[in-house]
Amino acid sequence: MSQGTNYVLGVYEDEDVLMDAIKEVREKGVKIEEVYSPFPVHGIEDALGYKRSWLSVAAFMFGITGTSLALTMQIGMMGVDWPMIIGGKDFVPIPSFIPVTFEMTVLLAAFGMVGTFFGVSNLKPWGRPRIYDIRITDDKHVMAIDLDKNDLNEAEIKKIVDGSGASEVNNKTFE
Amino acid sequence: MVSEERFEFTQKAKKTLLIVLLAGIVLTALGYFTMGSGGHDAGHGESHDVEAVTDGHDEEPYGDGKEEHGAEAGGDHGGFKPIKRLFANIWINNVFFGGLAIIGVFFFAVQYAAQAGWSAGIKRIPLAFGSWLPIAFVLMIAMFFIAGHDIFHWTHESLYAEEGGDKIIKGKAAYFFWPLQGGEFPIFFVGRMVIFFAVWYLFFRQLRKLAFQEDIEGGSTTWYKMRSVSAFFLVFFAVSSSMAAWDWVMSIDTHWFSTMFGWYNFASWWVAGLALTLFIVIMLKDKGYLSIVNQNHVHDLGKFVFAFTIFWTYVWFSQFMLIYYAHIPEETVYFMERWKGHYAPVFYLNLILNFFFPFLVLMTRDSKRHARILKVVCPVVVFGHWLDFYLMVTPGTLGNNGSFGFLEMGLILVYFSAFLYVVLGSLAKAPLFAKNHPMLQESLHHHI
Repeated sequence: MSQGTNYVLGVYEDEDVLMDAIKEVREKGVKIEEVYSPFPVHGIEDALGYKRSWLSVAAFMFGITGTSLALTMQIGMMGVDWPMIIGGKDFVPIPSFIPVTFEMTVLLAAFGMVGTFFGVSNLKPWGRPRIYDIRITDDKHVMAIDLDKNDLNEAEIKKIVDGSGASEVNNKTFE
Repeated sequence: MVSEERFEFTQKAKKTLLIVLLAGIVLTALGYFTMGSGGHDAGHGESHDVEAVTDGHDEEPYGDGKEEHGAEAGGDHGGFKPIKRLFANIWINNVFFGGLAIIGVFFFAVQYAAQAGWSAGIKRIPLAFGSWLPIAFVLMIAMFFIAGHDIFHWTHESLYAEEGGDKIIKGKAAYFFWPLQGGEFPIFFVGRMVIFFAVWYLFFRQLRKLAFQEDIEGGSTTWYKMRSVSAFFLVFFAVSSSMAAWDWVMSIDTHWFSTMFGWYNFASWWVAGLALTLFIVIMLKDKGYLSIVNQNHVHDLGKFVFAFTIFWTYVWFSQFMLIYYAHIPEETVYFMERWKGHYAPVFYLNLILNFFFPFLVLMTRDSKRHARILKVVCPVVVFGHWLDFYLMVTPGTLGNNGSFGFLEMGLILVYFSAFLYVVLGSLAKAPLFAKNHPMLQESLHHHI
């Protein structure tokens, strides 16, 4: 076996076969790392047993940060640093601050969410995304199984994947 | 194939609603008479302690700018008549429940215009709201003739006198009295009310008839017909709902105007209507009906309530912000009456119930999927929007004599039970959903 991370890749032609295969493979005790497909397959995240993404929590946190930053900035400028009467309002007219606060909340939530997503998806500018099989961008579904994370050996896994309706079973190694 | 389901409006349910209605009447009477004797705060001290402090007939303005539209009051509002409070509250409920009735039809029409499939199982519940329209019309027009002078300042003839009339209101006379002169019979105003309700009701009847026909015949011919009827209705509704808001609510504060008002009222009705629809869906599911509705449909309705809560706040704030920032006295007077002084607690409560509470509670996915949370949020939102209308109507009609006591609670109960009685009765007349709806399959497989 070569160095690096070793994967067994099951290539599937059809998403219905894939869905059944996911269930079958998982029932037989194989841990699937990820499934790649050229289009969204409905219900696949349930079949894979994914937990809910934490992205929304990240978005909320970034949003709250934006809210606090905007309020701190405005109150600091208009209420503490250089108080000015504008339009007969108080020094800290909260309603006047709402639009900026809202914008900052949305801005940071949006940027933060996109940044987080890019980060965890390894889409950083300096990141090198792993291409398991170039055909996943065209017409094939690929099920990637990390050998190191499975108790079963390679031959057993290949047999299970092959028996679940895969059209090909390949190996792939990343450095 | 999906089998037909019929809602049975049981004797027990009818009896419960009638008891609530009677309790409402008793409470209203109690509230009215205890108020008449001068001590209307004594009775509900525990229910509304915030206002008990600032409330009272004799404590007229504190002098911090909320001088109840001094010029407007003129000679007409001598002493405070307790019956005015009854009239104003009936008017609030007329507008609120009348709005709910038409918003139900609006929801139904939107589903067709947007070619939505997910809602096939629940569409008839909001449609049934429309059955309240004739009653809303009768109540509203009767109330206008009985209590017009007490609710609408602009109905007073003296305002339109050559000498010493009110210049601003005179300028708006045509909107109420056209083609007659100011101060005569408000033919344009009453005509609009009649036409709006008549057209709304005709559209409601037509959509309902087609919906039942669709159920029997199946296929998509009726569906296409309903889509075009819905589209025409939506165009009419867009204009009429805005004008209705100006007529029935904004004209109470005759001197004041806001270009956001039509949207604002629509948003309030719409959120309340969505919340009520969701609440009835959950209740029906609890009773074992609506087998084809699952968590995903409930989730979608929950998202609707959540999203339009934000929409309401957006519109509310857009109206408030510009007036606050521009600081023009003619405009700020509206918010001075509400934000500062007597109505300040209601002003903040309105924002809490209609924005902060549903926004924070419904934010997570789970809360929109769990009936237990929605059963709390929906009634709060419906009540919150009632309070929104309360805040729009009361300061302009009652000034600082407005309060929240037995009278208000009683009338809410009366209207709410009557409204539910009519809606559930109408729901029981036909199957709960169309088993031959062309999009039923899509709705069955709805998954989010």
